[in-house]
Amino acid sequence: MNYNWNWGIFLEPSPDGQGTYLDTLLLGLRWTLATALSAWVLALSLGIVVGILRTLPSRPLQAIGTVYVELFRNIPLLVQLFCWYFVLPEVLPKTAGAWLKQLPNASFFTAVVAIGFYMSVRVAEQLRSGINALPRGQKNAGLALGLTTAQTYRYVLLPVAFRIILPPLTSEFLNTIKNSSVALTIGLVELTARAYAIQEQSFQFFEAFAAATVVYLIVNLCVTLGMRLLEKKIAIPGYISGK
Amino acid sequence: MRSIASLVAIATTALIAGSVSAQTLTGTLQKAKETKKIVIGFQEASVPFSYLDGNQKPVGYTLDICSKIVDAIRKEISEPDLQIEYTPVTSANRIPLLLNGTIDMNCASATNNLERQKQVDFVNTHFLTANRFVSKKSNNLNSIEDLKGKTVVSVAGSVNLNQINRINNERGFGMTVASAKDQLEAFLMLETDRAQAYVMDDVQLAVQAARSKDPGAYVISKDAFGKPEPYGIIIRKNDKPLKDLADKATAALYRSPEIDTIYKKWFQSPVPPNNVNFNYPLDPALAAAFKNPSDSADPDHYALKN
Repeated sequence: MNYNWNWGIFLEPSPDGQGTYLDTLLLGLRWTLATALSAWVLALSLGIVVGILRTLPSRPLQAIGTVYVELFRNIPLLVQLFCWYFVLPEVLPKTAGAWLKQLPNASFFTAVVAIGFYMSVRVAEQLRSGINALPRGQKNAGLALGLTTAQTYRYVLLPVAFRIILPPLTSEFLNTIKNSSVALTIGLVELTARAYAIQEQSFQFFEAFAAATVVYLIVNLCVTLGMRLLEKKIAIPGYISGK
Repeated sequence: MRSIASLVAIATTALIAGSVSAQTLTGTLQKAKETKKIVIGFQEASVPFSYLDGNQKPVGYTLDICSKIVDAIRKEISEPDLQIEYTPVTSANRIPLLLNGTIDMNCASATNNLERQKQVDFVNTHFLTANRFVSKKSNNLNSIEDLKGKTVVSVAGSVNLNQINRINNERGFGMTVASAKDQLEAFLMLETDRAQAYVMDDVQLAVQAARSKDPGAYVISKDAFGKPEPYGIIIRKNDKPLKDLADKATAALYRSPEIDTIYKKWFQSPVPPNNVNFNYPLDPALAAAFKNPSDSADPDHYALKN
């Protein structure tokens, strides 16, 4: 294949006047990190709530959790993203819709919400598995000691459950970072979008996508390392997930 | 793929053998002779340059021009039964597929610029288009100055997006520049009032407005953001026989009255699939470019000296 290699492309000025191509990649990286981290915070908060809901003894609360999970789990992320971005402003009352549409950085907020809800379901399921993996005796012992359900969860079940699900939760965190790239379809100019742009302007697709690949790898390796350190730090000696 | 060394050896042997009629073909012409077909990469929704009609057949202005190039190839390599195979490509994968030999020519609406010429070659310019914006008539945006402070959308990675970003940075327009994944989405953002203006090549704007639900609601600006830029058919670099042949064929076509017929067929008559007529008259700069065919990437080359 007669490919004209040009690794120096990253030092050439980008035609949109924002510095070199490398600068544009770094701008994209900032948006990727912002979207991924915000979405992860949202996913954790919602996911923990829903995961607990699905394990509570109350049937109606379980039902709410189930509906939530099935809804956001069975629709592809891209479809959900488009629904949030294009459909939601149309079904809201006119003023609310117009406000949503004119929001500065609308694509950022929409992406955070969409990815956050989608990933919250996975966190919820992980948490539910973690809690269900604990022996029944734990909860019963807590209740027998006179703790309320909430206290049992807070002091007995959740601490161990979290330590159990920390490895799969790492995967979900990485998935959130990778899923942030779908935001390019609604106009968020994150890392993958920037790589596409370099490819479009200069036709140097190998260099552009190699750079994006390397950056994603480095970010994700940092996350993996960080989570592993966290696992080691909070491990309880002697417990299932302990040293 | 034979190595260059063996190609040179074959060529030298042929020369030494001294047979005048035996041509030693290289590059795409050799591939076409061996495989008895030429593969054209087309785009599925670049109306009216290269798209699928109501019967899912690839048609378009650029495809008509490419079939003339293929006619010339047939004559050149003495293969009257040379078949054309059409492969759909997107702007993301057209270059890798061209460079690895999956397609031999990309016939659509690719802008010819110097940066891209480092990687590929362009055949003589077949269209000129200036960067303009379309907006809803109700927004009353007439000149570029009116865009200050507004939300403006364009297609990710396009030269149009770069131009609008540059104007925003250099002239401090305070515009919110939004980027859409493709032209359909950009127009959707305009339609749903997420953006007040959509910046794109003026011919694409005219086509999208004409095919929209309410064509009368949109107006294309008279102001252009820069000089008209050329569209070209993309072929592999370092393929002199094909480039020369394609340039010769297209130059002959552009200088003949046949190009007027082809132009009218796609821009001034009802076209499939919905029989919409874009009524896009021949730009004087393009008429001048047809008289003096060139593959220059420099917009100044095509600007009319008034």
